[in-house]
Amino acid sequence: MCTVCGCGEGESRIEGEHSHAHEHGHEHHHAHTHDHDHSHDHAHPHDHGHDHSHDHDGHTHHYGHGPAHAHAPGMSQSKMVQIEQDILGKNNEYANANRRLFAEKGMLTLNLVSSPGSGKTTLLTRTLQDLKDEMPLAVIEGDQETSQDADRIRATGVQAIQINTGKGCHLDAHQVGHAVEHLQPAEASVLMIENVGNLVCPAAFDLGEAHKVAILSITEGEDKPIKYPDMFHAADLLLLNKIDLLPHLQFDVEKCIAYAQRVNPGIQVLQVSATTGEGMDNWYQWIRLAHQSRLLGRATGSATAVTTTREHA
Amino acid sequence: MHEMSLCEGVLQVLQTESARKGFSKVKAVWLEIGELASVEPDAMLFSFDVVTRNTLADSARLNIIHVPGSAWCMQCSKTINVKQRFDECPDCGSYQLQITGGEEMRIKELEVE
Repeated sequence: MCTVCGCGEGESRIEGEHSHAHEHGHEHHHAHTHDHDHSHDHAHPHDHGHDHSHDHDGHTHHYGHGPAHAHAPGMSQSKMVQIEQDILGKNNEYANANRRLFAEKGMLTLNLVSSPGSGKTTLLTRTLQDLKDEMPLAVIEGDQETSQDADRIRATGVQAIQINTGKGCHLDAHQVGHAVEHLQPAEASVLMIENVGNLVCPAAFDLGEAHKVAILSITEGEDKPIKYPDMFHAADLLLLNKIDLLPHLQFDVEKCIAYAQRVNPGIQVLQVSATTGEGMDNWYQWIRLAHQSRLLGRATGSATAVTTTREHA
Repeated sequence: MHEMSLCEGVLQVLQTESARKGFSKVKAVWLEIGELASVEPDAMLFSFDVVTRNTLADSARLNIIHVPGSAWCMQCSKTINVKQRFDECPDCGSYQLQITGGEEMRIKELEVE
């Protein structure tokens, strides 16, 4: 049981959660009992404010004791309630909380999305290897099962945490929030979230990231952007990976880019090969610029920076 | 199973609202689902039944209100109907479209008691 938001254990697991539970074993137990009390309260809401003698059986719900206060037997207490809420409202609340935290810490958070086998982890490990001396990095790895990817990442020396989504097909903002608590990424770091390999669901779930980066390998076919338009619509950058294989494949780069721009006129495309390193400098430069822009206008401990901004405003 | 998570999201909202607005049972739910929201209504109906079993919304009716996709064509300067994100403008054939409607995924209203 999570003490921050009261969430249950569910299907998803965050690495290290176990040891956490041991350290704070007592608190967790307490949280459990509180919870029971809580649900008990909810079970008899109609005890309050009712003074009729026939309704003291607080454990069952009677027709005639509903919020509509109708007393005639057989009369329905149904009423309409206007809700007007986004289905993903809860996720978006968590995403906004993440976004606020990332902004406070001056972090750049990237959500890497692709289909399975696009070379996402290879691209990520190479990126970490090449950039780790330049800026603080951290990684959240999402997979249905196993921590193999996080192990691969940790081999580069960069801190990483694995989230196993179990039956889930995507990461949600709530899981990421918890993973960030465990990771404790450094101020002004770059956090890479490697989402579950899936071109459908992760498009809809905001994690609080600054940009979604879609990775498409040229072994997948150039029509992926229009086959899975939602993902390419949601991404700000498309990395066309494995371009070293171009001579061996029938892949029309121009056509692929045109398809991507059709679903997202603003998408930027970079051609890279994580294996040979071709084009990777452009990707690094993109990260550097995005990282820099996150630090703009940020009071980096010096009061002068703040004052200057105020004077300008 | 994207729809499954969406239904879990719906259930969370119902639970929060039941505490806030003081109802104990949900009999029907109206959802607005846009044509471009990539939600499969059939999968939604199926998942909803599964997810709400033994909850306050057990055997509640799920009604889906379809919202058509629309976009603003930058070439023609007018609103047009689209079925998919990569549709072209039926009048000028341009792909420079800004989606303006059909991405909805909202809980509109509830019948409760």
